[in-house]
Amino acid sequence: MLLPGVALVFVYSYIPMAGIVIAFQKFVPVKGVAGSDWVGLGNFDYVLNMPNIDQVLWNTVYIAGMKIVAGLVVPIGIAILLNEVRNVLIKRGVQTLIYLPHFLSWIILGGILIDILSPSQGIVNRLLAALGMESVFFLGSNDWFPYVLVASDVWKEFGFSTIVYLAAITSINPTLYEAAIMDGAGHVRQARHVTLPGMLPVIVLLATLSLGNVLNAGFEQVFNLYSASVYESGDILDTLIYRLGLLDAQFGVATAVGLFKSLVSLVLISVSYLLAYRLANYRIF
Amino acid sequence: MKTVSLSRRLFIAGNYAFLIALSVSCLFPLVHVLAISFSSSAAASAGKVVLWPVDFTLASYEFILQNDAFIRAFGVTLQRVALGFSLNLALTLLCAYPLSREQKHFRYRTAYAWYFVITILFGGGLIPWYLTVKETGLLDSVWALVIPGAVPVFNVILMLNFIRGLPAEISESAFMDGAGHWTVLWRIVVPLSMPVIATVSLFTLVGHWNAWFDGLILMNFPERYPLSTYLQLMVISSSTLNFSGVSLREVAEISQRTTRAAQIFLGALPILLVYPFLQRFFVKGIVLGSVKA
Repeated sequence: MLLPGVALVFVYSYIPMAGIVIAFQKFVPVKGVAGSDWVGLGNFDYVLNMPNIDQVLWNTVYIAGMKIVAGLVVPIGIAILLNEVRNVLIKRGVQTLIYLPHFLSWIILGGILIDILSPSQGIVNRLLAALGMESVFFLGSNDWFPYVLVASDVWKEFGFSTIVYLAAITSINPTLYEAAIMDGAGHVRQARHVTLPGMLPVIVLLATLSLGNVLNAGFEQVFNLYSASVYESGDILDTLIYRLGLLDAQFGVATAVGLFKSLVSLVLISVSYLLAYRLANYRIF
Repeated sequence: MKTVSLSRRLFIAGNYAFLIALSVSCLFPLVHVLAISFSSSAAASAGKVVLWPVDFTLASYEFILQNDAFIRAFGVTLQRVALGFSLNLALTLLCAYPLSREQKHFRYRTAYAWYFVITILFGGGLIPWYLTVKETGLLDSVWALVIPGAVPVFNVILMLNFIRGLPAEISESAFMDGAGHWTVLWRIVVPLSMPVIATVSLFTLVGHWNAWFDGLILMNFPERYPLSTYLQLMVISSSTLNFSGVSLREVAEISQRTTRAAQIFLGALPILLVYPFLQRFFVKGIVLGSVKA
């Protein structure tokens, strides 16, 4: 029964792993893997000496780091606020609406963002103009671009985590709240001493699982929103791999960068799963 | 009789306002783009359009829908969604069921499970993957969009955990009555797993509908692009639409901006239509997958 699945995974996931040797070759498609020259660590040397590699690495970690932190903090806050809402209709309505952006692709959202943030015709800049401020070229300015990335990504994805946290909150034992109230706790104290600790297992779980993503700054989003003018602040590892490999046809170099990313991700993801197992009793299977 | 303090009342009012504003912000960009798509180009460039179309016109949509490339791309997406979904679902079930069996019934279960999970932890990277797809001769066919991603390991894990949660007695009594594995899978596990199947199906469908990168790098001819890849070129990479052959009246009413807005909206439409009805399943799905009871 497992045979088709095993076979397909072998072809499309394991065989590419063998392709890692390309990282050590000066690969030319015509010559193939067997015929291309061996350069050992030459590709890695080349990458480390590329003028923008520091910037790309920093951008990747910076953007991904901000996304991880914001992606944890914002949903927790919203979930706590949402929990205070008594009106069931509004509660459900809010949940439905905030989950919606998750299902739109970055093509759609990218197109919308490009339109809204356009320096000449976009509605955000028109609003700024009405308030007497100068228009900002959000998607073209190195000062703004990373933050636009993080803010729009959080906007897109916070619905998912919020719903998970809300579910965790509703499973907190109500007698804990009653005890807290009897001890004179106001709403803020209750949130700090009952709600947050009650959510802790889920928070820890989602936090540790997101650790594996420190190098995933979001290729689909960045690719659809970036342009040459923001390479300095917006170029990430994945977009670099794409340009080197598929546009410049420097297959060996691109594979080398990819290998580096895969190795670091392997370590990070394994550590994160191990932590999740130890701290939150999370087992994959 | 509980008296509610003023600060609490203010908080509640503020909370409602904030949350409602937040939800509206999730809807506003779509409504804004929708309004632009129905407006005339002059009104759009003048910035008069906020939430409601100005100078209502269907010209942008007429133009888009007459465009062969758009319709063709739509067709390719429909093809890949249908094929990809069926294949993904079948394989997910076929993999999850054996992997859900206990170690004592299926000796190499853990080994096989790790075989699949390792592919999540580590990969060969973009270039080797591309070359593999090329060498297996799938480039330029719709199968390139369907076969490489045929085994969605995350979904397999989700489903196998769910199947493990089903009471063992049911399948055990079926085995004792002489049922084979296929029978148990088809007649017992599948009907009982409908919640997770619904969730997995929906995520798979949405995933295939939105996937654009594989279309971009695996197809050499624009005629073979799925809709999202086509939109990527039109809307983001700023290819310009060919406006020749358009009547003078229409030229006055449409522009790159309004036609782009129309394309964005048409691309989002299927998801928007389906979402309200299936939203319950999506929410249940998250809770199923993340919070262990």
